[in-house]
Amino acid sequence: MISQLKNIGFLRGLVVTLKTTFRSSVTAEYPRVDKRIQVAERFMGFPALLWDSNIVEPYCTGCMVCVRNCPTQCMSAEMKDNPKFEDGTSGRRKIINEFEINLGRCILCGICVDVCNFDAIEMSHEHELSKYQRNGNRANLETLLRMGMEFQNKVNWTPKQPEKNSGKPKEKVSKSKTSEDLPNPLKLDKSLNSESSEKDSSE
Amino acid sequence: MQVSQSKINDDAIDLMINMGPQHPSTHGVFRLVIWVDGEKIQKVEPHIGYLHRGSEKICESESYNQIITLFDRLDYVGNLNNELAFSLAVEKLMDLEIPERAQYIRVILCELNRIASHMLFYGVYGLDAGATTPMLYGFRERERIQELFESVTGARLMHNYIRIGGIKEDVESDFKDKVHKLINDLKKSVDECDDLLSNNEMFLVRTKNIGIITADEAIDLGLSGPSLRASGVLEDIRVTDPYSIYDRFDFGIPVGSKGDCWDRYFVRVQEMRESIKIIEQALVDLPEGEIITPIKGMVRPPKGEVFVRTESPRGDLGVFVVSDGSDKPYRVKVRPPSFVNLQALELMLRDTYLADAVLVLGSIDIIMGEVDR
Ligand code: SF4
Ligand code: SF4
Repeated sequence: MISQLKNIGFLRGLVVTLKTTFRSSVTAEYPRVDKRIQVAERFMGFPALLWDSNIVEPYCTGCMVCVRNCPTQCMSAEMKDNPKFEDGTSGRRKIINEFEINLGRCILCGICVDVCNFDAIEMSHEHELSKYQRNGNRANLETLLRMGMEFQNKVNWTPKQPEKNSGKPKEKVSKSKTSEDLPNPLKLDKSLNSESSEKDSSE
Repeated sequence: MQVSQSKINDDAIDLMINMGPQHPSTHGVFRLVIWVDGEKIQKVEPHIGYLHRGSEKICESESYNQIITLFDRLDYVGNLNNELAFSLAVEKLMDLEIPERAQYIRVILCELNRIASHMLFYGVYGLDAGATTPMLYGFRERERIQELFESVTGARLMHNYIRIGGIKEDVESDFKDKVHKLINDLKKSVDECDDLLSNNEMFLVRTKNIGIITADEAIDLGLSGPSLRASGVLEDIRVTDPYSIYDRFDFGIPVGSKGDCWDRYFVRVQEMRESIKIIEQALVDLPEGEIITPIKGMVRPPKGEVFVRTESPRGDLGVFVVSDGSDKPYRVKVRPPSFVNLQALELMLRDTYLADAVLVLGSIDIIMGEVDR
């Protein structure tokens, strides 16, 4: 009897449907936070800038490598002299002044993360950023850093090259945080690699 | 659908029907002008170009690593296969040695991608025939594969994962288990999908003996992939002209007998089973080791040109790259399978009824992103 039924394709299909009927559903409800599908650990959401909480400044030095390598030219960056470098609290000679990513244009490719030499940018898990304005998705430095901080807290982020990008000044004295009374004018040597790596990457 | 009258034949009253460009069953933006006599199709004329983005031209102003993101967007259902094709071309030009582990991971992901693509075809083709249920099943399975892609590459669709020289980052430690579980489930699901639709009488009536194309015609038109194999031609680049490490695996090439819509459908269903076999073998052999051959600075292939062909889910995907030695290619040309397969439409649609046009078009499994580029 069953083998006879098996020859009728239509009934075979119905058997499949019947089996599925008694199974729990596989769909998730989007707006409800508790029923959403969680994103994977490696999920590439919008790029965000990371915050170095040891030195209290961004990791980004504004070297523009990511800007040049972005396939959609959706970013812009501007660097400035780092005041913390002058007073000896930071090892970064230059620091980011303004940074903007047009998240409406970003294609989430992750190339900027690959090319950054300073572990300064990371694909965050942020993916719900729809806006009503056409240019509402232009994220400035502040927004990007906020997104980055959220991401860092969420995944316990650590730099990939901790020694190189610790941001600590090369002098041992700086370990004590009382750096104000230790101004050291002699450390204008090649203590930071921002300029050298800029040359590397521009080739 | 817009209807307007025209005359191409004096003794019959003809009707010109515009199908598309915004038609749900054209799988993108594609316009098909159909001249009918009663319900019989007299002549068809495909109009393409609505999704033209000038990808080949943009390639000339992007660096090699950036171009991979453009290849993702050609065939947006078989992304990894496209990335692989371009990387293989550049690697051949540069004479790069690819680490074994990277090769295996590439193959596993590409075959999973093929299954995902065929699952999409399965679902949408059922929908074209008027059956809504297969779509839910097809998308459910595709979703599982995409979840795996998300955990490996970080993106569900536009992965940008295959790099020139290897892959972007190593897979997670539980990758093997995950894929094992996935393909075990997929085996069952392919059978389930097969049961659900393949032998359904109504589906058979609508697809058997419709849109026939003979082997000779198919070869003459340059068809490739499942559309060619459905006509009974044994041609699969993975076997006949193996690239990457496909020569190490033992798998079959499903072929059809008649070249009708059902054959084209069923070849794809069978192909999913063969892909699962490849993944199983690759998982057993998956070695440890490096995942990328590091390249210093920008990718600068030497002066020269190269052509590589690969088997994408839709057929023979060829990539031609001319390099002038700088960090940007001088010319990139893609030979997309969908574009070539589409020209068989006119032949397939001769003497069919208007209601079958959707089914025949669906059976070629075109992706407009690839046709228009
Ligand atoms: S490459 Fe890194 S350090 Fe340089 S500008 Fe971009 S994010 Fe900042
Ligand atoms: S993810 Fe890609 S597109 Fe987006 S900002 Fe980075 S490099 Fe540009």
